Amino acid sequence: MCGIISVVDRSGAAMDGARIRDALAMMNERGSGEGAGYAVYGAYPEYAECYALHVFFDNIIETKAALDTLLETWGAIVHEEEIPTYEQPHLKKVHTPWRYFFRPDPSLMTGTPSPEEDIVTYLVMKVNTAIPGTLIYSSGKNIGVFKAAGWPEEVADFYRIQDYKGYIWLAHNRYPTNTRGWWGGAHPFNLLDWSVVHNGEITSYGTNRRYIESFGYKCTMFTDTEVVAYLVDLLARRHGLDEGLAVRALAPPFWDEIDGMPEREKNLYRAIRLTYGSAMMNGPFAIVVANRDGIVGFTDRIKLRPLVAAEEGDRLYISSEEAAIRRMAPELDRVWMPRAGEPVIGRVR
Amino acid sequence: MVLGSVPVKYRVTIDRDRCMECGRCIENCPYGTFRWEGDKITAVSRNCTACHRCIAMCPRDAIGLEERPVDYRSHPVWTVEAREAIFNQARTGRVILAGMGNAQPLPSIFDRLLLDACQVTNPSIDPLREPMELRTYIGKKPKRLEFSRTGAGDVELETKLTPNLMLETPIMIGHMSYGAISLNAQLALARAVHKTGTFMGTGEGGMHPNLYPYQDRLIVQVASGRFGVGIDYLERGAAIEIKIGQGAKPGIGGHLPGEKVCADVSCTRMIPLGSDAISPAPHHDIYSIEDLAQLVRSLKEATEWKKPVFVKIAAVHNAAAIAAGIARSGADAVVVDGFRGGTGAAPKVFRDHVGIPIEAAVSAVDAKLRDQGVRNEISVIASGGIRNSADVTKAIALGADAIYIGTAALVAMGCRVCGNCYRGLCPWGIATQRPDLVARLDPEKEAVHVANLIEAWTLEVSELMGAAGINAIESLRGNRDRLRGYMLDEGMLEVLDVLPAGA
Ligand code: SF4
Ligand code: SF4
Repeated sequence: MCGIISVVDRSGAAMDGARIRDALAMMNERGSGEGAGYAVYGAYPEYAECYALHVFFDNIIETKAALDTLLETWGAIVHEEEIPTYEQPHLKKVHTPWRYFFRPDPSLMTGTPSPEEDIVTYLVMKVNTAIPGTLIYSSGKNIGVFKAAGWPEEVADFYRIQDYKGYIWLAHNRYPTNTRGWWGGAHPFNLLDWSVVHNGEITSYGTNRRYIESFGYKCTMFTDTEVVAYLVDLLARRHGLDEGLAVRALAPPFWDEIDGMPEREKNLYRAIRLTYGSAMMNGPFAIVVANRDGIVGFTDRIKLRPLVAAEEGDRLYISSEEAAIRRMAPELDRVWMPRAGEPVIGRVR
Repeated sequence: MVLGSVPVKYRVTIDRDRCMECGRCIENCPYGTFRWEGDKITAVSRNCTACHRCIAMCPRDAIGLEERPVDYRSHPVWTVEAREAIFNQARTGRVILAGMGNAQPLPSIFDRLLLDACQVTNPSIDPLREPMELRTYIGKKPKRLEFSRTGAGDVELETKLTPNLMLETPIMIGHMSYGAISLNAQLALARAVHKTGTFMGTGEGGMHPNLYPYQDRLIVQVASGRFGVGIDYLERGAAIEIKIGQGAKPGIGGHLPGEKVCADVSCTRMIPLGSDAISPAPHHDIYSIEDLAQLVRSLKEATEWKKPVFVKIAAVHNAAAIAAGIARSGADAVVVDGFRGGTGAAPKVFRDHVGIPIEAAVSAVDAKLRDQGVRNEISVIASGGIRNSADVTKAIALGADAIYIGTAALVAMGCRVCGNCYRGLCPWGIATQRPDLVARLDPEKEAVHVANLIEAWTLEVSELMGAAGINAIESLRGNRDRLRGYMLDEGMLEVLDVLPAGA
């Protein structure tokens, strides 16, 4: 189960979180009240040049000092604060959500083409594996992930999602199966610019995890979705595949289709499957991945999970259910069901 | 002191009421178990190897065969095996030879690994209705791809892939040389791999001209003896395999007795008629990993970089580190052969006591290669004691790209695993060069049996994958999550990187 919904405004115009809250709640049947979350791109224009690190502290007194020291070693904390939350009757506050606006010092990471991003990635892996009771779950520029264990409306009201504005929104309503419902396990999953919402199970997780870990990523959240964010980061950021090709590596065409392609395409897709076979994802899934330039949604190769796309003017919607999209935008220009494995891409102009 | 002879292993009986004295058992048993005594046929049980040829050929089902009718005084340490080996060696002063795989009663790790299946949250896939992809490419893969864009915005692939073998199923047939097995047996295997879209190894015996029609499915082998190796041979193969070691006998060379070197074998191997063919333990031009790298390079250079080069090692304690070295040698695949691998002839002490299980070796090799970030660039082929499709699936989940079968393919052609291959009298026409015995094996018919076996296992692997919700073999490879250990100790679970059942 699980319900996902996302929207991008291709003109870059900001939308507030009020409607996506209602749209996500529309799919409460797909959740169990044990996890919901939102990601918003364009959340922090005043700190657009800093990495916004969202952190769950189990307890501020014992763990926060260690993180502060680590961040100050690798760069400068430009601003920090507790993420404002508003008590909800049924939502138990088990962590303290905190945010840092952080500027890494690129001179500290040499020999890489993207020192700042590598510092942030390093910090996320380091903190999440080595500092108990501290979890960095959002680490992009001008992006915020807001999630907790609860129903979509509760989580939205807990963070007052309606007060945030952005040109891309991702939201997820969770029905946990593989792992307990805990805050860190709620979606979206994020690393740097990448955020992922996912409905399904990845049966190739064992293969994917071993593959991605050999590139230095560490899977710490006990869930298969995390690996998607890292795979996309590897393929798109580090290996330079565009969105279309990255999706084709993650959910490649069948060999029969590849065999029937014209020579040039055949070589391309064959090379992708040979090279990125271990990155290919199997099992039932519908996924939306976002970065600051747009969103891309796709399903597994035989579409074992639902996915609907729709357009209304500049806005592209991708969701598990049409009803949820219509809750955000009752009048749509176009609604369609993407084919298995076929990417739906919404790029910001 | 008189040592006397050891008791017979099997007792062969003939049911007089059923026997019609047709004499087929005499004709069929190359070991001389049956003979006429007056107008009756009697059995000399001492000669029997339990090859079952007589039983299969008897038209009246008159033959009975039982194991070990005589007991020694039982003893937990001085087992029958231990005592008989001493008797035999006290008499002969020789190394004891043995055929086929390890005969120690060691527990199989494969049998203690359980596969996964989906329920509810994750639908299983029905391979009869949905595509199931077992196609496997063996060879080097780039770490990453490079692209460029044309003026029109099209993506252009810049990386050039090196040649790979394309397998329709991850099941291949390992190297069994002409000499060790008969030409008819090789022909049957060659036809089978042709039919099923996979590959087989020629072994270190060269390539007989009758195999030329199947050469695009043959992997040629370069072993320390260099038998039959020439540029023509290398060019005929679809791939080249350098054999460093073999699971049944790690650390030692090969020995084909002169009696097996008939005219045809001598010609194919390029050695004198009737001479012993001895492959030394080491390659005399390889005393380090750098030397191996040079040989890999020379073979590639000689064949214009058109063929993948594999390196086969026996599964030993240090296999993972060796494989990592091989991965850096430019080799396209490393073949790891476990301690249950079969053989035509090996010293029994090696067969039964040297090497490690393929399950542990593959797991360690895969982990080490990943650790060093090179797993993706080299293929891993597992072999040695693969008995069924579950073993295939588990080996792949532990990290193999593909597997080699040997004994299983022979069993499909009639082999009864009697373990007497080194005597050159195989009653099924497999491990023999005696023309009358070789003629017993019909390459056409046995090709069908071997192909059936590969097809049946392939179907079963697809079913197992479907049950686990996986529709491409890439997603099974190294997928330890789809395995659980049952009754394995903690240390072994750690080596295998597998959780215990229930976890
Ligand atoms: S083959 Fe069977 S029936 Fe014929 S002689 Fe031998 S035991 Fe008797
Ligand atoms: S190949 Fe022949 S001799 Fe060797 S074990 Fe099989 S049946 Fe016996």
